Amino acid sequence: MRRALAVAIGCAWIAAAAVAGAEPPAGAAACSGCHAASPQVTTPVPRLAGRDRAEIVRAMQEFRSGARAGTVMDRIARGFTDAEIQAIAAWYAAQR
Amino acid sequence: MNAGRREFLKSAVAVTASAALLPVPAFAQGAAARVVVVGGGFAGASCARALRTADPRLAVTLVEANATFTACPFSNAVIGGLRELSAQQFTYERVAAGGIAVARTTATAVDAPARSVTLADGPRLPYDRLVLAPGIDIRWGALPGYDEAAAAHMPHAWRAGAQTLLLRRQLEAMPDGGLVVIAAPANPFRCPPGPYERASLIAHYLKTKKPRSKLIVLDAKDAFSKQRLFLGAWSELYPGLLEWVPLSRGGQVTSVEAATRTLVTDFGRHQAAVANVIPPQKAGRIAEVAGVADRSGWCPIDPVTFESKLQPGIHVIGDAAIAGAMPKSAFAANAQAKTCAAAIARLLAGGTPSVPKLINTCYSLVAPDYGISVAGVYHPSGGQLAEVPGSGGVSPADAPRASRALEAALAEGWFRTITAEVFG
Repeated sequence: MRRALAVAIGCAWIAAAAVAGAEPPAGAAACSGCHAASPQVTTPVPRLAGRDRAEIVRAMQEFRSGARAGTVMDRIARGFTDAEIQAIAAWYAAQR
Repeated sequence: MNAGRREFLKSAVAVTASAALLPVPAFAQGAAARVVVVGGGFAGASCARALRTADPRLAVTLVEANATFTACPFSNAVIGGLRELSAQQFTYERVAAGGIAVARTTATAVDAPARSVTLADGPRLPYDRLVLAPGIDIRWGALPGYDEAAAAHMPHAWRAGAQTLLLRRQLEAMPDGGLVVIAAPANPFRCPPGPYERASLIAHYLKTKKPRSKLIVLDAKDAFSKQRLFLGAWSELYPGLLEWVPLSRGGQVTSVEAATRTLVTDFGRHQAAVANVIPPQKAGRIAEVAGVADRSGWCPIDPVTFESKLQPGIHVIGDAAIAGAMPKSAFAANAQAKTCAAAIARLLAGGTPSVPKLINTCYSLVAPDYGISVAGVYHPSGGQLAEVPGSGGVSPADAPRASRALEAALAEGWFRTITAEVFG
């Protein structure tokens, strides 16, 4: 019972942290392999930090459906669910 | 009291109440938890930084013998004369400035029950969690005739640095009309598309500078990464110059004779003017010493935490790990490092690591303005890291040249991005 409560509280905390910026949600940490965290880096790939949440969600959904042409993002977006995309977008929108 | 602190106390109570024999989380004792990371490549340096980001209270030590890191991705462009080795080199100054203790030495032993690492210069470093990111070692002698002395005549150039420059110098010294041979190993090995990118960029060099020469790839496999794309590009860009001989047509090299640069197969002998032998590999030495490598020479890990399946408290990331469907690449090493760091921070705070999702993207250059890629998304499934169904794949076979040029530019952007994250 006590353990179940701790887990429940833990889950709520994880959900809050995903937006507040403590620990990145599943999949988000890997994005910075290509999407530079630092604005100093010269690359054709756009930064995600501070980008509008809805814009990231729309881009991922369009890459996934094929509505938007991608080089690698079409292949990567197909590996993520709607809930994961929402969480990743919210987390990056909260970054600076 | 903030939410994180509350969660931590709840978890600590739950853990100590349910498993009284397990060590109390380090933070509960008031001391900073100690994490030692061995190996300062893409995996290790990424992990050291990600640990401090995940929890700035952690005391992180990075053990790395070299003052300068020489990156393998893009080192094939150095061999092909398109890039200088200095563009591949990075120091640990910024890593150290981020509050990480960088120990410039070698780890020689691990006492897993006592949780300590012995360093070459004497001291023992105690740890609460150990991360091993040793990359690869060459299996000297696995290919008869190929030992360290032979590598001075027939470079492997599979760990970037002096070997990279040696192979380049041999190509530059070779007269026009010479035979270049690359021996590619059986799976698994570091950078699955690497031998074929290397063949491409050497072919580009020969076509440009020594057009009467020939390049043969002797392969111990019948299939390889991005195969259709490579073969298509080769017939378009390097017809008559580059020949790939698969296993089923006698491609497996069974021994080498270094003095004459001869590669022997079941079907014949190839005497090369320049021979690049990419030999069988295994996890870096400390993995074996620590008891985290299995009989394959690589390290089985838990797909959520990257903790060794053989030794508790030790995590293995990067090329040394058996990461299921994830290839041994710099991108994968970096992604694994961040996942592992988040899991360790959780474990040390008495919490439960969350289920991760990882990405890999690997670009290969077939020519300076011709890039191709493979991408994948991975999650724990059946005790391994498996590809998420429906995700991933390679560049389209029928893409226009503008798309290949874009992927070549994206490859360079990726290198600048990841090296800035890891070392910048």
